[in-house]
Amino acid sequence: MSAVSARPERLVTTTPSVARQDSQDGVVLSLAGEWIVGAGPQLEVAGASLLSLAKDAKRVILDLAGLQRMDTAGAWFIDRAQDELAGAGATVSYRGEQPKHDLLLKEAGYHPPAKSTLVHPAHTVALLSAVGETIYDSGVDFFDIVDYLGEVVVMFLRLAPQPWRWRWTPMVYHLEMYGLRSVPIILLINFLVGAIVTQQGIFQLAKFGAADYAVSLVGVLGLRELGVLMTSIMIAGRTGSSITAEIGSMKMREEIDALKVMALDPLEVLIIPRLIALVIALPLLTFLADMAQMGGGLFVSWIYAGITPAVFITRLQNAIWVETFLVGLIKAPFMAVVIGLIAATEGMEVRGSAESLGRCVTSSVVKSIFMVIVMDGLFAMFFATVDY
Amino acid sequence: MNDASPPPPSEREVVIRVRGLKVGFGDHLVMDGLDLDLYRGEVLGFVGASGAGKSVLTRTILGLLHKQAGTIEVFGYDIDKLTPREHLEVGERWGVLFQEGALFSSLTVRQNIQAPMREHLGLSQETLDGLALQKLALVGLPPETADKFPSELSGGMTKRVSLARALALDPEIVFLDEPTSGLDPISAGDFDDLIGTLQKTLGLTVFMVTHDLDSLFAICDRVAVLGHKKVIAAGPISELLLSDDPWLKSYFHGKRGVTRLLAAGDRPAALAADVRPQNARR
Repeated sequence: MSAVSARPERLVTTTPSVARQDSQDGVVLSLAGEWIVGAGPQLEVAGASLLSLAKDAKRVILDLAGLQRMDTAGAWFIDRAQDELAGAGATVSYRGEQPKHDLLLKEAGYHPPAKSTLVHPAHTVALLSAVGETIYDSGVDFFDIVDYLGEVVVMFLRLAPQPWRWRWTPMVYHLEMYGLRSVPIILLINFLVGAIVTQQGIFQLAKFGAADYAVSLVGVLGLRELGVLMTSIMIAGRTGSSITAEIGSMKMREEIDALKVMALDPLEVLIIPRLIALVIALPLLTFLADMAQMGGGLFVSWIYAGITPAVFITRLQNAIWVETFLVGLIKAPFMAVVIGLIAATEGMEVRGSAESLGRCVTSSVVKSIFMVIVMDGLFAMFFATVDY
Repeated sequence: MNDASPPPPSEREVVIRVRGLKVGFGDHLVMDGLDLDLYRGEVLGFVGASGAGKSVLTRTILGLLHKQAGTIEVFGYDIDKLTPREHLEVGERWGVLFQEGALFSSLTVRQNIQAPMREHLGLSQETLDGLALQKLALVGLPPETADKFPSELSGGMTKRVSLARALALDPEIVFLDEPTSGLDPISAGDFDDLIGTLQKTLGLTVFMVTHDLDSLFAICDRVAVLGHKKVIAAGPISELLLSDDPWLKSYFHGKRGVTRLLAAGDRPAALAADVRPQNARR
């Protein structure tokens, strides 16, 4: 590399090449051109021909005199040929090499790959074992969450009589982040859902001449189920993911470990404030969602069925009771705990890589949306049984 | 700027030329009118107080930070006026060892080393595997390391893997950001030897930000000192040792400086040479 030019050398590559000559000393392989990694596939071809040209030879002389350039990749190919030919029983020697070639061949030589000891199991066995692992993991996941719930409850009971240990500032901050900042999107989607339900209700019930009952439909369905469900799903996506990402990246950068060695419990410092903020925020948001759904219903029934707002409100009063509204609201704190717990456990599951962070955030959102819907179903069965 | 040091042979090719560089964040200027030359085949040690902007300069040269004024030429190209093709080419011709390693966390060590080769060259998987093992051996790591993930590596191993990745394309310039920090003295010494060997065999040009005086003495051909938003001195270490700049004096002659090396009997030959102090202070 003593030859120096201001222009890029890599672009003016002379193709690496090999030529075979038979002499009384044995087979002479003369190398020429630039044996550098920039030559790419051409270097591979030249490297392979080193082997194929001297396959049957007893004595091989590698003549490096014509070599213009060699880098570590070139050295690897040349040393590999030397190693494999010697392994096949030939005597291999170098000729015309420069001292720096020697040094490079020594430093950046070929290392035969170790035989892989990995034995792939049969396809069916692999499939069965994957199914088994998944089921086992789901079970472990479930117990992890129950375990965590226990820890949270214990921590909560310990903190309850000591309000000075509560972290009011982060709690208020999270309340703003999870609650106040979610208000616009929650209002918007619930207004739309209320409107859509009412519109379809009007169209379907009009066939029986009962379009007016669409008001009862949106009243009962919206307040009992859809308000809390839509809000929880939205919050699982919006807030659950951010909790997992926050805690997960703290885990990745050893911030959680730093807390632990300071004798601070991450549960107390990070998770309880987020969980409490969520438990306060979700019922409030659910209330707003209920109102937005009624607003959407009112708007659409005015446009499509000509029901004036005054009539809508009278009909709504006849269709619902306080209980209808409370059934929806009661569910909200439970949903908040489920979302918060899943988000926190997933955050703690994050390992070192960026990929695992992504995987945990995804699984946090998927699991909490799934659990929110399952919980809603369980509540529906429960309320039907107790006739509330 | 480098007129301060004995002028290098005029035929030496400059691979990186920085002129009148001005970099700042908001109103705060980190570099103001900085000049620097990096010659082909040399190992340039770059020192300066913590927070003086060594990493900022490195990142600016690499095009990761925006500069307010000045020009940076790499391989004769102005880095502000690169065509996409030239940009790709420059990317193939330099390698960087970031301070924290900057390994891709979701790829194994093997895949990390193969990543630049896979993206830039059309090599077969077999060759890629072989070359990855070779690079690992080159930086002194056992082949078992290949299947580990970056999060499973120790600090020293991370640096080595990162160097292996930086060397994957056999670059002409390697940037090393504090390569020996956090390594034990033996590993640090090995690392220096490795850089020295590569520099000799491959004609590598090395730009090394370091605080390790042993590295400076062992492998650096020239040392550049950053201070007062400029390169305040650049030249062989023997000259800098004789400089009367207060910062340089305390840097080299402080408690952890040359006196320590001298006490250990490792007297740098350079000290004995009768080199007149140059106007190191600007």
